[in-house]
Amino acid sequence: MTAVLHRREVVEALLKERGDALVVAGLGSTAWDCTAAGDSPLTFPLWGAMGAAAMVGLGLSLAQPDRRVLVITGDGEMLMGLGSFATIGVQAPRNLSIAVIDNERYGETGMQSTHTAHGVDLAAVALGCRFSSVRLVRDWKEFESARAELLRGAGPVLVQVKVLPEKLPLVLPPHDGIVLKDRFRRALLGATPAV
Amino acid sequence: MTAIDWPLEIYSALKDAGVRIVGFVPDGGHKRLIELCIADPDVRCVVLTTEEEGIALAAGAWLGGVRCALLMQSSGVGNCINVLGMTHECRLPLLVLVTMRGEQGEFNPWQVPMGQATRSVLESMSVAVHRVAAAEEAAPSVAAAAKRAYSGNSAQAVLIAQQVIGIKSFQEQSAR
Repeated sequence: MTAVLHRREVVEALLKERGDALVVAGLGSTAWDCTAAGDSPLTFPLWGAMGAAAMVGLGLSLAQPDRRVLVITGDGEMLMGLGSFATIGVQAPRNLSIAVIDNERYGETGMQSTHTAHGVDLAAVALGCRFSSVRLVRDWKEFESARAELLRGAGPVLVQVKVLPEKLPLVLPPHDGIVLKDRFRRALLGATPAV
Repeated sequence: MTAIDWPLEIYSALKDAGVRIVGFVPDGGHKRLIELCIADPDVRCVVLTTEEEGIALAAGAWLGGVRCALLMQSSGVGNCINVLGMTHECRLPLLVLVTMRGEQGEFNPWQVPMGQATRSVLESMSVAVHRVAAAEEAAPSVAAAAKRAYSGNSAQAVLIAQQVIGIKSFQEQSAR
């Protein structure tokens, strides 16, 4: 089935409604998508550590149980951290949601097919790992319903959004990790965090 | 069995350092410390499928204002290498307690290569290494490493020598 959704429109529509959610963006295209939608100190984009986005989200969700934590990452990045689905399923954080923007490609390295292009089902893996809410989204109507789930549903939530394999202009966030960390902690915890 | 209950002392050092999340892939050498953490309602224990998940967990916890420590066996250090790049680039605090394998008393030769490489792997990724060669050094080393990690935004590993742990065979390990 051919995808119809545009990734930048999906991510922009998701972040427009984020409220006070804390966002972790997986490396590569999803970090650029989040920046294209508007950079924020409460968005922590990864420039490396492929496979780590969901677990950064878990750590954040345990530290901030009263805030929604939204991980926005790609299919290739998520495939590298499949074990984290199991770890998250056991911890069962009610405030953690993961949106996988699935273009079935490794976008930064030449658009080679990922495993999802060959039928590997990330949503089924999350369901098997005891996520509370799992959805596969293919059109705008499904996305709008899934967006509410990502922002307000009882987690862990996994939404896999099938998008077109587009090559888009780079929109880069700051790349200095210390800046990204400090601005996030300052916005969340105040000027002089006790911890 | 040594007279010093070093896992209990390490547990107290972690509590004193304000650690509230402990991530681990279980190891025989950490068995008692893991049990102490699980029994504590104020410590959130996170069982990992692979050690690199823990590096990311600690990063997220710190972004959210909570201190996290990791427990692993030396074999797990090799699983962390690439993700440690994030720890370094963001100058994130990290405290990892490593029970050593592949040293004096090792009963499984396949543990030897990673055990022998553990220190250099950590140092190559800018993680400071403290080695504990005797039980009484364990808690002070953990306390010192914790202070340097959380108040100095640095990555610290404490390696607990195999002779401190004292497991000599598969049979003894499975009987623990």
